[in-house]
Amino acid sequence: MSPAFPDEPADSFPRPPRSFADGAGRTIDVERASDADAADLLAMYREFDPADRAQGIPPVQAEAIEQWLDTILAEDCVNVVARYDGAAVGHATLVPDGDIGYELAIFVLSEYQGAGIGTELVETLLGLGQAEGIEKVWLTVERWNDPAIALYKNVGFETSDAERFELEMGIRI
Amino acid sequence: MQVLLGVGGTPLSYQALDETIARAQEAGDELTVAVFASGAADASRDEVEQRVRETLAETDVPSTVRHVEGDPGSDLVTIANRESFDRIVLGSGERSPLGKIQLGSVAEFVLLNAQTPVTLVR
Repeated sequence: MSPAFPDEPADSFPRPPRSFADGAGRTIDVERASDADAADLLAMYREFDPADRAQGIPPVQAEAIEQWLDTILAEDCVNVVARYDGAAVGHATLVPDGDIGYELAIFVLSEYQGAGIGTELVETLLGLGQAEGIEKVWLTVERWNDPAIALYKNVGFETSDAERFELEMGIRI
Repeated sequence: MQVLLGVGGTPLSYQALDETIARAQEAGDELTVAVFASGAADASRDEVEQRVRETLAETDVPSTVRHVEGDPGSDLVTIANRESFDRIVLGSGERSPLGKIQLGSVAEFVLLNAQTPVTLVR
């Protein structure tokens, strides 16, 4: 993985906890998540539309979801959860790659998509990352996933021009 | 069936070797293993070849080991076409730090450019 990063760091992003009204008028709370939120996130991922999976995650079986959550909710990772009425409806994570920086991923339940929650989640996650002293964040996204690519570009991610199935994008924060 | 297996020295490429041998024993396939040093693996081509030969020596599958000389993806496709192989097998699909499956560049090239069926082991 050798994503490109912009020369200049991005401006400061909002930090959790925060609340906003989404495009459908729902009040969404975004807060930091840890392994104490594993049960809520498991409940969310059990509702996740399999068609919205990307590159094999989230896993489908409950046991595999639990194992995966164990990994990404570890101490050295950075997580935020979006809640509506207390229930987790979105989740974004930064996982250290042990080399360049942190890999980012974001998930929003299908009935909460298209309402701006994803952008708020990514921005709040990057704000938390800034507070934690993280500098480089990258991700991969399937080339045909136009809504996701537009979201990441809008937030400030830059695209690498590697000729791969997946697009690599990076941001300096 | 004439099977061309590419092994580049990644853990998944050795898994593909084991699975292809098991399949060949059941189906009576003839196996050609093309070895190369994958950029994603920490082994020289000689080391990969040695491990492949040791694994094959423990089986009775009719097999040949050969080298891929140039770009691995391109060479595998060329060999498969020129020598009328029925199938290419590759192991690929390592996971990113947060668990996303990512195909290596050799697997991507072969999937997009091969004119034979391709089996991806992951």
